[in-house]
Amino acid sequence: MADGLDEAREWLATMLLIRRFEERAGQMYAKNKVGGFLHLAIGEEATIVGAVRAMRDEDYLISTYRSHGHAIARGTDPKRVMAELFGKATGVSGGRGGSMHMFDGERRFMGGYGIVGGNLPLAAGIAFSSDYRETEEVTVCVFGDGAANQGTFGETLNLAALWKLPVVFMVTNNQFGMGTSLERHSAQTDLHKRGEGYGVPGLRADGMDVGDTYEVMSEAIERVRADRTPILVEAVTYRFAGHSMADPEEYREKDDVKEWREQHDPIKNFAEKLEDVDLEALDEEIGARIDAAVEFAEDSDFPTPESIYDHLYVDG
Amino acid sequence: MAELRYREALNQALREELERDERVFILGEDIGVFQGAFKVTDGLLEAFGDKRVRDTPISENTIVGLGVGAAMTGLRPIVELMTVNFSLLAMDQIVNHMAAIPYMFNGQARVPMVVRMPQGAGHQLGPTHSHCLEAIYLHVPGMLLAVPSTPADAKGLLKAAIRDDNPVVFIEHESLYGAKGEVPEDEDHLVEFGQAAIRREGTDVTIVGISRMAITAQEAAETLAEEHDIQAEVIDPRTLRPLDLPTILESVRKTNRCVIVEEGWPHGGVGANLAALIQEQAFDHLDAPILRVSGLDLPMPYSKPLEQLAFPHAEQVVETVKSLF
Ligand SMILES: Cc1ncc(C[n+]2csc(CCOP(=O)(O)OP(=O)(O)O)c2C)c(N)n1
Ligand SMILES: [Mg+2]
Repeated sequence: MADGLDEAREWLATMLLIRRFEERAGQMYAKNKVGGFLHLAIGEEATIVGAVRAMRDEDYLISTYRSHGHAIARGTDPKRVMAELFGKATGVSGGRGGSMHMFDGERRFMGGYGIVGGNLPLAAGIAFSSDYRETEEVTVCVFGDGAANQGTFGETLNLAALWKLPVVFMVTNNQFGMGTSLERHSAQTDLHKRGEGYGVPGLRADGMDVGDTYEVMSEAIERVRADRTPILVEAVTYRFAGHSMADPEEYREKDDVKEWREQHDPIKNFAEKLEDVDLEALDEEIGARIDAAVEFAEDSDFPTPESIYDHLYVDG
Repeated sequence: MAELRYREALNQALREELERDERVFILGEDIGVFQGAFKVTDGLLEAFGDKRVRDTPISENTIVGLGVGAAMTGLRPIVELMTVNFSLLAMDQIVNHMAAIPYMFNGQARVPMVVRMPQGAGHQLGPTHSHCLEAIYLHVPGMLLAVPSTPADAKGLLKAAIRDDNPVVFIEHESLYGAKGEVPEDEDHLVEFGQAAIRREGTDVTIVGISRMAITAQEAAETLAEEHDIQAEVIDPRTLRPLDLPTILESVRKTNRCVIVEEGWPHGGVGANLAALIQEQAFDHLDAPILRVSGLDLPMPYSKPLEQLAFPHAEQVVETVKSLF
């Protein structure tokens, strides 16, 4: 559990901020303000906040196309995340990346990536660099249950174990890779056991419980920090919304989704555990921040046509 | 003839070939229960069962390779990759295995399979999901390459691809899935590989359009005729390997001018290759340099105004053609 009530309240506030951000992003998508694919992390907030709060500022985070929340939890201004969704020059990636490609180097959020499994080797490289530079930094690499079936999973876990790289591989097991359920895509459904053969020990967290995720991730991160060798953490969660906005969700039962939403909501359940939180007031405050984010995104300019080749190469 | 959407025409081709030949099966990510990311395989799992229509884990390289192994031992796999961008993860199985095996083993093994996938910009999918990579596959010997732009061709070429004993890379276009067109109902409607289609006849300039750009080229040709009194002949090669060069050369010998339009990157592109072939064989017939209209030389940006600048539209084709006169 959190050290103090203030810390716990901060977790709750961040989870709620992510939830409301995602909901608003969905509305903006429906209004055609946001294009492309929009993958929301509604239901998965505890996995994000639990993991990110277990990290130090100097640690690195790398994630997937479902990463608005990772940026926000790491401290990126929601305004700049929203502006990225709007394709504006003030967005975190200057409008070049969109929802699937967030980045905030200042906060050591090394990006969200649109290619499933593409970020695992990068995480190994970042961790390699941390050791090469003789630092204590740890890299947290977030990917989905579906991504665990890419070749990069096996290749990266082996190399990270062999070379003793300080990575926490965090598989956000939301039980589906798009429309394919876990048991239809993985022979071993206890995903934290998937690393054993490679020499990467596994831990499991209740990804609907921010406290438990925090505990397990803290243990993993500090063990990795001390031993400089990887650990695989499986956070079991559930995606409340569709895979992306264009998902009729015919592959799962409406009742299952309803049950998860009602019984396991990470925000509602955590709020109930805390005494003395005025959820309504908190929500109002967050609502105003989201309004400001939308306004900022709306008022920002699109990148200029002249800027289109900027950063393709380093000049000079 | 029936009016069908491009996606429905592909679906019909798959259905008919699954029906016709027991050795044909389909595998891919989310093609069954989810009915396909672009719904091309809609209803096939229900109709043919999971022996013939298989959902796979997200493992592009391995599912293509599994297809190769199955093809080497008598089956006729169709592998769907969700988009051409993800086929880059399967490059090893496509290039080092699928395309090389027939030659490498002196014809003792055959790889009769199809790898299907869509490509294309316009939906703001950003730098990892929007490219047109037919030029990369054109580069590789040992396999056929189709880039259909109409529902009738989508169906006819896919059926021909499935029946062919060579490996085929079959590139669809995301923006065309909803496009409608007349499609022959004949179950043996095949479009032969290596036969270009002349979409519009003209005497002043030849415009060759690749994949969706065949449609863009036709739009441009209409504007050129209506507003600039230029009669363009529009050619859709339909397959890039084999390429129907004779039809293109014949047209260029008549019009003496040529513009090639493609959505992919300019360097090492389809147009670069085709321009070389044309000048080698019809140099004396050219009154102007062969020009190319292509996507810009950069990863596709997400932001709508930038994305719109980064791939060709009819106006650019019109301007390019006009510059030849
Ligand atoms: C290499 C590659 N293949 C396929 C896709 C299409 N795709 C995007 S997300 C996704 C499902 C991934 O599932 P999972 O790893 O469990 O993450 P989740 O979406 O559940 O967060 C697929 C198949 C892709 N983006 N990249
Ligand atoms: Mg998942």
